Formats: sequence, C-alpha cells, structure tokens
Amino acid sequence: MRYIYLIAVLFLVVVSVGCINQSRITGEVIKNIEDIEIKGSDTLLQLVSNSAEAYSEVNPTARISVTGGGSGGGIAALINGEIDIADASRPIKEKELKQAEERGIKPWEFIIARDMLSVTVNENNPISKLTVEQVSSIYKGEITNWKEVGGKDQKITLYGRQSTSGTYVFFMEEIVKGDYSAKMRNMEGNQAILDAVKQDQTGIGYVGIGYIVDEKGNHVSGIKIIKIAKDEDSVYVSPLEESKHSEYPLSRPLFQYLAKKPVKDSPIYNFLIFELSNEGQQIVKKSGFVPITADDMKYNEELLDKI
Amino acid sequence: MPNYRNIKEKLIELLLSTASITALLILIGIFVFLFITGIRTFTEISPTEFFLGNEWNPTAYGEPKWGILSLVIGTIIVTFGSLVIAIPLGIASAVYLSEIAKPKIRETIKPVIEMIAGIPSVVLGLIGILFLSPLIAKIFGLSSGLNAFTSSIIVGVMVLPTIISISEDVLTSLPNEFRESSLALGATKWQMIRMTLLPAALSGIVAAIMLGLGRAVGETMGVLMVAGNSRAMPISFFDPIRPMTANIAIEIKEVVKGSLHYEALFAIGLVLFVMTFVVNFISDIIIEKQVRKYKW
Repeated sequence: MRYIYLIAVLFLVVVSVGCINQSRITGEVIKNIEDIEIKGSDTLLQLVSNSAEAYSEVNPTARISVTGGGSGGGIAALINGEIDIADASRPIKEKELKQAEERGIKPWEFIIARDMLSVTVNENNPISKLTVEQVSSIYKGEITNWKEVGGKDQKITLYGRQSTSGTYVFFMEEIVKGDYSAKMRNMEGNQAILDAVKQDQTGIGYVGIGYIVDEKGNHVSGIKIIKIAKDEDSVYVSPLEESKHSEYPLSRPLFQYLAKKPVKDSPIYNFLIFELSNEGQQIVKKSGFVPITADDMKYNEELLDKI
Repeated sequence: MPNYRNIKEKLIELLLSTASITALLILIGIFVFLFITGIRTFTEISPTEFFLGNEWNPTAYGEPKWGILSLVIGTIIVTFGSLVIAIPLGIASAVYLSEIAKPKIRETIKPVIEMIAGIPSVVLGLIGILFLSPLIAKIFGLSSGLNAFTSSIIVGVMVLPTIISISEDVLTSLPNEFRESSLALGATKWQMIRMTLLPAALSGIVAAIMLGLGRAVGETMGVLMVAGNSRAMPISFFDPIRPMTANIAIEIKEVVKGSLHYEALFAIGLVLFVMTFVVNFISDIIIEKQVRKYKW
C-alpha cells in the first residue's frame, strides 16, 4: 500500500513540475514567435504558401500557417474568429459582411495578385475558342452537346468546384450569371478538375492560371486552354497572352481579408507589405499568377495610408 | 483487511458504473445537440420542402433551394450498391474460411482481410479517383468514372472486412454437433453448409450485414472523392451522386455558425442519425427473433 501512496505523490510532483515547465516554455514562445493563421482559397494556397516560406526565410521568428479549404471556408473562419487572414478568390458577399459585423469583425480587403481564370478542355477536343455567352450556356446546361458550339457530336461533361470555392462563386456570378446545371460534377480542387479533364474527352473545366502554368511559363500537358471573347465581335484572348491580359474577360483580383485593422509593424502588417512588395510580386509571377496592376496597387496604398 | 476490501469493491463498482453512465450521457448529449440545432431549420424551411424537394442548392445564384431528396437517394444508392457487392462476396469468403479452408490457409487469410479494415478511407478514395474511375470509364464507355457505381465498389471494399470477420466468427462458433449430425444423416458438405449451418448462423450474418450497412451509410471520405457530387437527381448507377455525408463534409467548411445553412446541415445529420438508428433497431429485432428460433 505504501508504494501506491509513494507513486501517487511522485506522480503529482512530476505532473506539477511539468505544468510549471510548460507554462514557462509557452510564455517564452509567445514572446518571440509571430504566429499568423491564414486559411481560405485553394486557388491561392500554393502562392500564399510560397510567399510565407520566402518571408520566413528572411524573418525566422515568423510562424505562418497556410491552409486551403475554399474561399467560403476562409471567410467563414474569419467571421468565426478562428484566423487572422482569409485568402479569397472572390469578393466578400454582402451577407458575409453583415454576419461579420454582427460578430464585431470589420474585414480589411487587400488585392495581393491577379488571376486569369482559365477554361480548359481535353487536348483531343477540336474546340479552341468560345464566347462568354457560350461558356455560360454550357455551364447552365442549355448547351449539352459539343456540336452546338462547332465540335464533335459528343455530350458535354461539366466539371466545377464545390460551393465552398471562391472560384465557383466568381464563375457563377460573373460568367454563368445563373445557376449551374445540376449535372455538373463538383470537384475538390483545381487539380482534381485538371485531372478529370485530362482523362475525359468530353470534359470542360475552369481553374486558376497558376495551376496550368509551370515556373517556365509552359502549360501542363493533356489539356487545351480555351481562348475567350467577351462577345462574338470581340477578339478571342488566351489567358497565356501576357500583353492582352487587360482584355481577358475572366481576369479577377485575388484578395486577402484581414480580421481587423492591422497595427503598423505587427507581424500581419509586415507580411502584407512583403506580399505587395516587388519581391512578393515576383513570387506571384513564379507561382504562375499575374502581379497586381497599377490600379490595384493604388487601391491597396489608399488603405495602407489609413493605418 | 476485510474493511479495506469492501471499500475497494465499492470503488470499482462506482468506477464501472460511472464509465457506462458517461457513455450514455455522451450519446444523449450528441442526440440533443443534433436535435436542437437541426430542428431550428424548420422554423424557416417547411418540412415538405426539406424532405420532398429534389434540389439542394443553398449557394444558388437566385433563390436558395433546400430539398434533400436527391441527397437521400444518393445515400441509398451507394449503400445498396455496396451491399450488393459485399454481401455475396463476404458470406462466400466467410463460409470458405470457416468450413473449407485448411487451418493454415485460414490463419493467413483472416488477418489479411482484417487489415483491409485498417486502410484509411482517404487512401481507398485516392485509389478510386486515380485508378478505378478511369478504368470504369473505359470499361463501360463513359465520359467519366466518377459516379455511383465506382463509389459503390469503394464502399463495398470498406464494408467487406466487417461482414467477413463477423460472419466467420458466427459460423465457427456453431456447435460441432450441427456438422456431425448433418453428415451422419448423409448430407454432403455443401448440403450441410446450405441447410444447417447457414440457417443456424443467420442471425449473426444479419447482424454482420447490418453493421456493414451502418458503415456504408456513414462512410464519407472515400465516397466524397469518387462520387462526382452532382446535385442532379441520380437516375442510373452510372450517374454522379451526392450522398448526405459528402454534402455535410463539403459544405460545413463554408457555413457561419448559427446561420440557416449551418442548421440545415445539422438537420441532414439528424436524418442520417435517424436512418442508422432505424437500421440498428430493425437488426436488433431480427437478431432477437433468430435467437429465439435457434436456441442451443
């Protein structure tokens, strides 16, 4: 019996010493390490991870965690107060702003990169160009056969993202301008759409440009990137033609939402400034996306002046 | 120290009863939470729209739609499909393992089968999306292999170890007198299996199937990856489906706590819970009846 008491006492001692140690260690950690939690857009995931990695190399004390899950997921987490920054490939919705305000959160919106959202088909599909209206009709389910847009006599298989995705919402609101066909297959990410279109001769999908261009500017094999025109009278532009980016109808800003007004020289502020710097925009380019325009920069600077 | 022993007895009794009461409380707590959150949905969505509407689209361009019928049908299709694959295969292997296989073979095969149960469903989903679905598309001449058929196969594989190992345990535990008397009456081995052993083990086999069914209904990750997740009402086995579990897993990421969409997802969870509850309840009744019939 005595042994049991002895063990119990020993156990208590060990546990309490452990607790003391623990609190001392975590105390130090909080002092030195700059934790930033980022979550959201899958389109932005690779790009922001690259930026975070580059930033951590210069600032070894910074600990930035970047996770995906979709823009809707990121914004919801921001509203629920779980994260510091939400990546989003679509602007925040009125409804979400209202929900945020109810919880005392006033998101700050910055444009950190641009995306040329790309419509892709299988490489064996003879179609090479479409108008925005045709893309819309295809995704609404009004055009169901490739021959209606000048292709083979084959049923069209639609691939899109989940409703948590900002790309899903952007494409629905800006291009489809109506409900997606209920027959659309909802895929878990950009890469899943690409893989499906590679295997499916009749497939069509949409992905962020960072997923079809590698570091050298070559696009991945097995797929074909469709040239898009605003309407029948406009020129058809490929997202890969850098000089014509301003004419590409599916160009869109990529955002980061901060949960609150950042404090000058706080870790979040410094990381944001890094992303918007020349160095940061070089990473954007390397990740396959497009650097922000002069107008975007002006928009950001006006916001930064208020801090 | 008789006094001390008494105290020890009491303490252990107390400990054991607390453990079982905790389990009960957790279950009740989950149900109450699910019920309270889910039931609020019906203050804004009418039950008819919820249960009988065949379009689910909370993030629609226009009016959101809240009908879960196509999701329920998706779950039923994949459950049915996986059982059609797993029941014959499972029972046949259980019979082989317990009655026909030599002990040495059984000792090798059984652990292997049980290891299938240990494969994480994400891994099976990956195999499904990268290997199985292109194969199925090729074999059946489909444009895409992400459909109910492929998910049925994936879930069927997941359910298989449950059905095999429980059925095999039940068959092995049948008293040897059953086998001896059948053979003594001049029955062949096949007749003995078909007419004596299988009927006697039926209750256990039904229990195994029901457990498998519960797993199939609740399976999420593997299904989500290969089902295609379209919102359209599935008509054939080669249509993409969006089972309830996949729908919850996909959409829970984007909902704000306390919103209608959040509550509606809990309502779907409640429906799922009730479905598995009914399955378990029915299997309990069946087992009860069988036990009374074959008391040995």
